[in-house]
This record gives sequence, C-alpha cells and structure tokens, in this order.
Amino acid sequence: MSGAIDLATIWAFIIAFAVFVYVVMDGFDLGLGILFPLFPAKADRDIIMNSVAPVWDGNETWLVLGGGGMMAAFPLAYAVLMPALYAPLIAMLIGLIFRGVAFEFRWRAQGERNRWDLAFAGGSWLAALAQGIALGAILQGIHVEGRHYAGGWWDWLTPFSILTGVSLVVGYALLGATWLVLKTEGLLRERAYHLCWYLLFAMLAAIGTVSIATPFLHIQYAQRWFTWPNVVLTAPVPIAVAAVAVALLRALANKQDSQPFYLVLALFALSYAGLGISMYPYIVPQSITIWQAAAPQNSQLFMIVGVAILIPLILGYTAWAYWVFRGKVRPGHGYH
Amino acid sequence: MFDGLDAVTLARAQFAFTMSFHIVFPAFSIGLASYLAVLEARWLITGREVFLNLFNYWLKIFAIGFGMGVVSGIVMSYQFGTNWSVFADRTGPVIGPLMAYEVLTAFFLEAGFLGVMLFGLNRVGLKLHFFATLMVAIGTLISAFWILSANSWMQTPQGYAVNAEGQFVAADWLKVIFNPSFPYRLVHMVLAAYLTTALVVGAVGAFHLLRDQHLAGPRVMFSMAMWMATLVAPIQILAGDQHGLNTLEYQPAKIMGMEGHYQSHPDGAPLILFGVPDQKAGEVKYALEIPRMGSLILKHSPYAPMAGLDTVPRENWPPVPITFWSFRIMVGMGFLMFGLGLFSLWCRWRGTLFQSRLLHVFAMLMGPAGFIAVLAGWITTETGRQPFTVYGVLRTAESASPLAAPAVGSSLLAFVIVYFIVYAAGLTYLLRLMAQPPHPGEAGPPKDVPARAAGITPAVEGIAR
Repeated sequence: MSGAIDLATIWAFIIAFAVFVYVVMDGFDLGLGILFPLFPAKADRDIIMNSVAPVWDGNETWLVLGGGGMMAAFPLAYAVLMPALYAPLIAMLIGLIFRGVAFEFRWRAQGERNRWDLAFAGGSWLAALAQGIALGAILQGIHVEGRHYAGGWWDWLTPFSILTGVSLVVGYALLGATWLVLKTEGLLRERAYHLCWYLLFAMLAAIGTVSIATPFLHIQYAQRWFTWPNVVLTAPVPIAVAAVAVALLRALANKQDSQPFYLVLALFALSYAGLGISMYPYIVPQSITIWQAAAPQNSQLFMIVGVAILIPLILGYTAWAYWVFRGKVRPGHGYH
Repeated sequence: MFDGLDAVTLARAQFAFTMSFHIVFPAFSIGLASYLAVLEARWLITGREVFLNLFNYWLKIFAIGFGMGVVSGIVMSYQFGTNWSVFADRTGPVIGPLMAYEVLTAFFLEAGFLGVMLFGLNRVGLKLHFFATLMVAIGTLISAFWILSANSWMQTPQGYAVNAEGQFVAADWLKVIFNPSFPYRLVHMVLAAYLTTALVVGAVGAFHLLRDQHLAGPRVMFSMAMWMATLVAPIQILAGDQHGLNTLEYQPAKIMGMEGHYQSHPDGAPLILFGVPDQKAGEVKYALEIPRMGSLILKHSPYAPMAGLDTVPRENWPPVPITFWSFRIMVGMGFLMFGLGLFSLWCRWRGTLFQSRLLHVFAMLMGPAGFIAVLAGWITTETGRQPFTVYGVLRTAESASPLAAPAVGSSLLAFVIVYFIVYAAGLTYLLRLMAQPPHPGEAGPPKDVPARAAGITPAVEGIAR
C-alpha cells in the first residue's frame, strides 16, 4: 500500500505543478486583458496582443491538463469539485471563449475601438475573477456526502470567495504589467512601470488579507500554520514573501527590465506554496484526501510513464517557442 | 423556459449543443492542417509561388477555425465534471488517462508549434517552419487517435474490471485503447475530416473559378480538392460499411435503430429507404423498402435472419426516429460526395475541370456537406448508443451530476447566447476571407496593422516611443 501512497503524492505534485504553470502562464496573458481598459490607444493594444499572440494557446493548454489530469488521477475529487464550482466554472469557460476568439477576431473587425477588444478585456476579467472565486470556494470547504457534492448551487458565493476572486484579478494584473515592462518599450513601458507600483501594493494587501482570513475558516488551517513544530516549516513562507516584496520594490525603483516579472512569479510561487501548506493532504479541504480521491494504482502508473517522458519534452519545445519570439515587441516589425 | 425539463435532460441538451458546435472545428482543423503541410511541402519542393500564396491564404482561415476549436474544446473537457460527475468518478480511471494522453501528446504539440506556424516563417527559417507545420498537423491526428479511443471505449467497452467503489478500472490497457470499434471509428472520422476540408477548399475554389476561370490559386486548390473527393469518397463509403458491420456485432440495437428494424426478420430483413419511425407504436410507418436488401448489406446474404428491437427490452431502445434520420442524412451526403468526385473526374478527363459551370455550382453547393455529414454521423452514433454512456453498463440517467435543473438550464441558456454571438461572428469573418481570392504575394496572418499598411508605420512608432 505504501507504493500507492507514494504514487498519489507524486500525482498531487504533478497536478499542482500543472495548475501552477497554468496560473502563472495564463496569468500574465489574462493580466493583459485585465489591463486592457487602461491602454485605450489602438497602437498600444496591438502591441499588447502581439506580445502573447504566439504563446497564449499553449499557456491555456495547462488548464486542460490540470482539469483532464485531475479527472484521470483523482476522479473522485474532480467529480466533487466540478459540480460544487458549477457557476464560477461556467463563467470562467465563457470568459475564456470571449477572450480566446478575440485574438483572431479583433484583426477581422473594422473600426478603431472594436467590440472584440471589449470581449478580450471582459472575458479576461470574468475568467480571472471566476478562477479566484473557485479557489476561495475550495478553501472554505465543500459539502460532501458519500461520493457526491451535496451543497447548493450558490454555496461558492461568500465574502471570502469574493476576496480571493478580487485578489487573483489583482495578481494577474501585476503579472501582466511586469510582462509589459519586459516585452515593450517607450511610453507603453513607462505606463506599465507606473501601474506596477499600484498593483504591487494592492497585491501585497491582498496576500495579507487572504492570509489573515484563511486561518479563521477552519481550525485546521490555524493549527497547520501556528502550532509547534509546524511553525518551523511555515514561518519561512511569510518571511520569504517579505523578502521578495523588498526585492521587487528595489527592482521597480531601479527600473529593471526582466527582474520584476520573475520576482512576481516568485511571489505567486510562495502564495501557491502557502495554499499547498494549508490544504495538504486534502484535495477537497477537510473532506477528501489525495489518497481517498486517487485513481486505482494502474491508472496512475499508466500515466506517469507518459508524464515522465512528455512533460520535459513539452517544457522544452514551449521554451523554444518563447525563445523564438523573445525580445521587445515593436510595431510594424513585430513578427516578421 | 425550461419548465418541466429535468436536470438530466438539460445536461444532455447542453452536452449535445456544445459538442455539436465544437466538433465541426476539429473536423475542419484535422483536414486543413494536413492540407497546409502538403501546400508548404509542395512550395518547398517546387518553389512555385502559387503554393505559398495558397498556404498563407488557408493559414489565416486555419487560425480562426483553430482558435474557435480550442475555446469550445476547453468547455468540453470541463463538462465531464460539471455536468456528468458520476460518469467522471466511475469512468475517470479508464478514460481519464486516455484524455490526459491526448493533452500531453497532442494539445501541447499543436499549441506549442502553432505560434511558430502562424507568425514565425521569417524568424526560424524554412525548414524549421515546415517542421512546425508538420507538428501541428501530426498533433491534430494524435488528438483524434486518443479522443476517438476514449469515445470508442464508451461504445464498446473492453479490458476493464469494476472495483469496490463502483469505478471502472483498466485490466488491460491495450484492450482499452484498441477496443473493438476504435480502428473503424478512427479511420471513418479521419477520412470524414479530410473530405470535409476538401469540400470546403473545393467550394471556395469553385466560387472563384465561377468568376474567373484563369486564377492560378483557385485552379490549383480546386483540382487538389476534387482529387481528394474522387479518391476518398469511395474509400469512405467502404470504411463506413465496415464500421457498420462492426457496430452490428457489438451494438446491434444501434443498427436496429439506424435501419428502423423494430421487428425481427427471421428470413431476410428489408432495407428501409425512407419512412416515419413511430417509437410508441414500435413500427416504421409509410416505409419504402427493398425486400431482403438489409440482410444482403449487413450479413452479405439475402436470407440471413436479423433480430429487431422486439428482442430488446423497451427501456434499452435508442431513440429510433433520430438515429434513423441522421443516418440517412449522413449516407445521402456520402453518396453526393461520391457523385461530385465522379463528375469532377469526368470533367477532368474531358479537359473541362476549370470550365464546367455545372461542376463549379455543384462543388459550391457541396461546401457544407462534410459538416452536415459529420454532425449527422455523430448524432447517429451518439443517439444510437443510448440509453447508455458506457454501452450496456452505465446508464445515461445514472451518469449526471447532482445539480438542480435551474442551474443547468441557466448555463445552457448562457452557452446558447454566447455561442450564437461568437460563432456568428466567426462564420462571418471566415466567409469574408473566403470571398477574397488568393492573390500573388498573399500575406500570412495579421500581426499588427502597420504590417499591413506600411505607410502609417513611422507614425505609430512615434506614438509608442
């Protein structure tokens, strides 16, 4: 049985990795959509779109891996979480439809301010907010009976889930702004810098508020974080967040080009690790553990062979695609 | 507006609606990705500019179609959990890995190389660019492999056991993947995708030839498309026949539904050409039939006995009126394609391939025929396996999520509204692109406006700095 336990843990890390890669990769391109209303000029918007046009599709594929992988490796968790998050997930899917088609459609519609710009911004807002709300709804706990979700279809909506929803919008916007610093030049880059300051403070406030609110949700969360000897392992997380925040402020003050983006990635990684510390070993908090949800061993084994070979390959050619489109995006000579 | 409908019916309506809108795009992308690879290869080999123009022309159309396929596909991958959670819990250990392999081997490959294929020709060089195009094309085929394997396992489940939690678990992965109906379904679907694309390409070529017979691009694409129809339509009819024989062996009730065989025929079944299936009465009214022809086609003997739905408990009947008619629509489209192929061959032999207005009008009208056939075929196979999600083992009614009807009704309404907005716009843009003939120096997908209207570039750069 110990073999099965190890396999379930490995799979929990694989799914967590897929979701994290999704969050940071689609995070910055959703962030661009969130920031879209602040860049009304068509020339700016063209550059912003072009900075992600060749890679957004790959970024979004990690979401399919997170969802599909969960169905395969933890079918019970998938079967409980998806109905519990019904409304936010449908909203997310609809948001992703609007912003996804906008990448091609906005070049096909005529006019200075076309409605697909609106679809791109609105879809990005909706998707980001819905993802954050879904996260909050998972953290606050889900009513499970037997192998089924047993709550109502508005259970996800609480002040806490709204808080996590708004927090994720802020976080994605900050990622997007630092991406623009990295990928653009001139006035556009200056404005992105400027936004980074506001968004960084907003994000630090969001991280702080969510961190304070989480232990009040369940006594288990508080015990996980504040009891001895757990503190030895948990205390470094907020300390590291503070250190990264200081480094970010310095990077912004020094007008660094790529550092802000990577430091925000680190901020996301730390926040994500914090979530992991709160949730582990539950996949549906306080009701289903990763071992209870795990698919039979031969399903997890069958897939792990593929994962071991294919994920490095995928990371390799994804990195190559980013490398091909490296550097600043310039109007007129962007991609040719 | 959804009064009186239960949550399961609404969830089925939502799945059918979102699936129908989704499937037409992969069907088109599979064929078009391969076509683009062929065009680029011919350009690289011959150096003739017409192939590059055609490549860039269809690449713009591919970009739109692919994007719409991706976003509607993400909806599908989450719907198993949101609306069919019991199904997901119970079949996840078997079909989950197949879909995970689809993501790992196909979706990432397509998405990873799509950016280079669309925007990278002048960044990576000709050979690497062709490699990217090939990877996208191969990705679409690998995707078809896994998703059709998963679907086929639901139709003809093999190689599984059931564990204490009631979940299906794989006893033999090779038997799961290569289940009995999979090879037939894979061949039938990939050929359908190639035919669908060929008919669209042919229709666009014909449309421009009707205006000007001398355009180089439309001549090349029309000729290529008509070769495809000529060669593949008859192969597809044979493949469909073989698929049907496989279905007769493993899902006989589906064949009874397709044929309208409510009654058993101990000494040779007729082929019902048309009629009005009456599910309540259990008979096909006003049937126009050819005696013993059904047995001849399905059993290759006019006197072979054939069982009807009267041997199947009523609660296991498929909805015959839908299965019966969608099957006839698919077959009708298939024979029209065959006819188009033959007619084009005749014109080609006579030397009037680019002159025959009748052929061009016929080809134009056949533009949507592939999509119609694909939809009708999927409706046939998916209604024909009802009332089961895993054939004979897990009933559709037992597969759904514990959701309230208003929740599912609201999401269905939202999808209907969103899809009609998005798909109407997408179709408009696609048709607008197709209405322009490919011309010399055809540009690839748009990157930004200055690239298309070079005159305003300095001004825009000035703003950005």
